[in-house]
Amino acid sequence: MDLKDLYRDVILDHNRQPRNFGAPAHSDAHAEGHNPLCGDRLTVWLRFDGDRIADIRFEGKGCAISTASASLMTEAVKGRDKAAIKELYDRIHVLLTEPHAAADASLGKLAALGGVSEFPARVKCATLCWHTLNAALEHSADAVSTEQ
Amino acid sequence: MATALAAPPGNFDAERVRHDFPILQQHVNGRALVYLDSAASGQRPLAVLRAVEHYETHTHANVHRGVHTLSQAATDAFEGARERARRFLNARSTREIVFVRGTTEGINLVAQSFGRARLGRGDEILISALEHHANIVPWQMVREQTGCTLKVAPINRRGEIELDALLGLLSSRTRLVAVAQVSNALGTVVPVERIVQAAHSCGALVLLDGAQAVAHMPIDVRALGCDFYAFSGHKLYGPTGIGVLYGREELLEEMPPWQGGGEMIRTVSFERTTYNDLPWKFEAGTPNISGAVGLAAAMDYLESLGLEALAAHEQHLLAQATAALERLPGIEIIGTAAHKAAVISFTMRGCHPHDLGTVLDSQGVAIRTGHHCAMPVMTFFDIPATARASFGCYNTEADVAALVAALEKAREVFG
Ligand SMILES: Cc1ncc(COP(=O)(O)O)c(C=O)c1O
Repeated sequence: MDLKDLYRDVILDHNRQPRNFGAPAHSDAHAEGHNPLCGDRLTVWLRFDGDRIADIRFEGKGCAISTASASLMTEAVKGRDKAAIKELYDRIHVLLTEPHAAADASLGKLAALGGVSEFPARVKCATLCWHTLNAALEHSADAVSTEQ
Repeated sequence: MATALAAPPGNFDAERVRHDFPILQQHVNGRALVYLDSAASGQRPLAVLRAVEHYETHTHANVHRGVHTLSQAATDAFEGARERARRFLNARSTREIVFVRGTTEGINLVAQSFGRARLGRGDEILISALEHHANIVPWQMVREQTGCTLKVAPINRRGEIELDALLGLLSSRTRLVAVAQVSNALGTVVPVERIVQAAHSCGALVLLDGAQAVAHMPIDVRALGCDFYAFSGHKLYGPTGIGVLYGREELLEEMPPWQGGGEMIRTVSFERTTYNDLPWKFEAGTPNISGAVGLAAAMDYLESLGLEALAAHEQHLLAQATAALERLPGIEIIGTAAHKAAVISFTMRGCHPHDLGTVLDSQGVAIRTGHHCAMPVMTFFDIPATARASFGCYNTEADVAALVAALEKAREVFG
């Protein structure tokens, strides 16, 4: 295993300077994620424009993989709708868990997380933010349904 | 400690000890394995592996249940291991030695048998803020079941139990004090003799969690004066799935069994069952026989190393590693008690413990990262996790150097 493959420059950069970091003044939905095994905690806030994510922010304490993954995720999902996010997550899952997955150009910068698949103990670090995003999307669905 | 630094103990040959541990002779990620995670689980010397293999290939049958030769031999091996454990702890009688799966099960046994039967509203259990979850959760369960109160003695920034505060929490309502002899997350050696004395003068019983102590210091339950003592075989270079609960005979005698089944009975009818004598009353079901055999071999092995010399060796490594880590920029040692066992918990600025664990692993250095089953300790220090290096009988100065080099590598990656 090669450390450089896990800690690529993009990962280190997003760890040091996470994008879309910090609680927003207003949000339509949010969710908290927690990985009790390693103590990682993460909150994701969403603002919607119809079905699309108009803005997304996150805050949390975690390792470089979890922080960079969340940061990259916020950049990748902004402007997308739920169906597109679900499809993106399925591709990410392949990237994170299948060591010999074919390169997927549609992933853009997220492809930098490809090294994680060689480190099975770290997959959960990279997926925490996606599960949290999913929970936030579901909360928003709940909120909508209770208002109707 | 300064003297330990200046003069490495000459009478302990860790290089020779390493040859007794086949698992250490391997490469991990292309590097010679440097195993610094003995506080989580020790490795097993050949003596233990061979004792278990010999038992499995020559002796195995169920215990206490047959007249045939193997059943008798297995019973002798199992009860011989009990006598070995009695000697290891300097207990009065083998009736005080209950085989359990490990520390966790030993504590749960006391909680469910003594706690559940004897405690009620107004009674208090006292633990400390540095306990492993295994010495917290069983008491919370008893609290739910009986309505008793659970009190927690605080720790200070060095990771030492505030003794005055603990003594202040003791009263005639205190029925049981349960504390670790050595903290797994911080390495703190707790002055348990003082605590036992004070608790007894209030009429409270004392359970010591010896999980992190048994591999590092001679244990004499009579000198300690404790009422219960629990430990796990795998922390002292023995097998997993076996451990011992020591309990004073008068106490165990009065306590009800906590699990029912075979082994623990004398007679059974649908109207009425009578229980077996100590210690079998607490050993329902077929026990971990080969585990007990391996544990006995581990005790022989550990004592053959000389516990005093081993302790001096480990203290030397601890002092050396502590001094080296203090020199590394951005490293903060968590747990700086005046009296510590060979455990160093630390954090590195800009590098989360999990990243540290991965970088070190890539260099062949195995450490533990996380909350170490002591979340309240992490909360107290306001950190999510630490990295923890722990030293055992097979660790050398070269391992300390490898740790330092791997930390420098992490610094390089994380800038
Ligand atoms: C202080 C302490 N108590 C209890 C335990 C639990 O031991 P086991 O998991 O072997 O039951 C441990 C093990 O990590 C420990 O370090």
